[in-house]
Amino acid sequence: MSVQGRLEIQGLRKYFATDDGELSVLDGINLSIAPGEFLSIVGGSGCGKSTLLRIIAGLERDFQGSVRLGGSPITGPGLDRGYVFQEPRLFPWLTVEGNVGFGLEGRSDREELVRQHIDLVGLKGFERGFPHQLSGGMAQRAAIARALVGLPQVLLLDEPFGALDALTRIRMQQEVLRIWEAERTTVILVTHDIDEAVYLADRVVILSPRPGSIRRIVNVDLPRPRDRASHDFTQIRQRIYSEFFSREEALQPAYAI
Amino acid sequence: MSVEQISEIPVVVDMPDRPNRGEALRGVVRQALRIPDRALGWIVPVSGLLVWEFLARIGVLPPNGMPAPSVIASTIADLARSGELWQHMGITLLRIALGFTLGASAGIVLAALTGSFPLLRKLLDPFVQSLRNIPSMAWVPLFLLWLGIQESSKIGLIALGAFFPMYLNLLSGILNVDRKLVEVGLIYRLSGFQLIRRVILPAAFPAFVVGLRSGLGLAWMFVVAAEIMGASKGLGFLMVDGQQTGRASIILASVMLFAVFGKATDAIVQLLSKRWLRNRTEAA
Repeated sequence: MSVQGRLEIQGLRKYFATDDGELSVLDGINLSIAPGEFLSIVGGSGCGKSTLLRIIAGLERDFQGSVRLGGSPITGPGLDRGYVFQEPRLFPWLTVEGNVGFGLEGRSDREELVRQHIDLVGLKGFERGFPHQLSGGMAQRAAIARALVGLPQVLLLDEPFGALDALTRIRMQQEVLRIWEAERTTVILVTHDIDEAVYLADRVVILSPRPGSIRRIVNVDLPRPRDRASHDFTQIRQRIYSEFFSREEALQPAYAI
Repeated sequence: MSVEQISEIPVVVDMPDRPNRGEALRGVVRQALRIPDRALGWIVPVSGLLVWEFLARIGVLPPNGMPAPSVIASTIADLARSGELWQHMGITLLRIALGFTLGASAGIVLAALTGSFPLLRKLLDPFVQSLRNIPSMAWVPLFLLWLGIQESSKIGLIALGAFFPMYLNLLSGILNVDRKLVEVGLIYRLSGFQLIRRVILPAAFPAFVVGLRSGLGLAWMFVVAAEIMGASKGLGFLMVDGQQTGRASIILASVMLFAVFGKATDAIVQLLSKRWLRNRTEAA
């Protein structure tokens, strides 16, 4: 197996300084993600899953441990990683074309790459549209095209479909699978939707909160496209479910409700 | 715009047993008179003018204090015919143009600097904010002393008027740029000047337009002050002249001209800003 493009996280620890001392957000995170792998990270709110993604993106630089992509440490953002936020975050003053090509300004292959990726996400014909003219799903497609246009090794998805309605969400999940199969980039998806995680990923990382640490990694060895109603699918989903809502925890709540 | 929107909301909710009656009635009246919404705004001023004209004609209003609108109109026509009007208007418009350009540019540059460099903002902004609280008229003697009674003091005063709204609006626009958009810029490795040029300034553009409009409004206010203080030409001078020679029609004529020109320049900026902001229904 080639080391090229492998994402290695070792002994990652991240804390915020507060008035009451340190607030530990992530602790003892070790992860090795192969090139081309689709990894999902699930966890409740406040488990540090978004922070983990932001560290990989290079948006958070203040951490302990090592995070390396293809052998070299991550010190800041770069075109080798594309990022899709929960909201599309398109620039309202730019067209779809302008938004998708935002990171390629001054490059001679800009036009070609923009056209390719607008095609890829199925927004052909909307190149000159403005963000406010797009539906939520279309805007998120544009955001995905913007993240992919620089041909990144890793695509980081931070709860990208959380704000979409249920039907659009399912369509977008299928789209992301199609795009991943076409582009073969590494994808790291942060989500709180277990169903989504199992449907898409090769491996599902379950984070437990306070401080965020890896509780379990579940392999999803099911052929794609996956049938959400199949026995194997529901079994895996059930296993992950029980990690969150196990009987012991139900009997001994950590705090009074 | 918002008033129109509100008037479109049906009043059904409050009277469930008499649905839509008010709305229907209003619709019928409007249909019968065929008055488009925009024309509604003209009804009050036009009928006011008619009543004014009538009261002046029958002698209720004193002719030397409150002459009829028709007299004011003919005064304006006389001034136009003798060429005086164009001289006064020209110089006033020139002062506005120079002062506004100067003041607004200074506001833009300073806001861009203090908006971009926190240290500069901490140093300068409290000082500028405190200057803002000085009443505009308080500057007049100082400007006359510094810049003399010629054009420079007037233009300086107008520039001062245009400066503050431009500076304050643009700075708050820059400071309120959505952090989330800035983060997108960071993802694409933008920093410093690039981040300002490609993310912060475009995002602050709507605030810039607001600053432009209110700056222009204050420029008109300050040109009157400047021309009343000491000038031998200009619409403001025309007012003083009318007062000193006891001709109310001249004063009122200048007031009307100010109203028309102020509104006209604002309409131009508004039209431009509508075009600039056409695609900026900030939702995404």
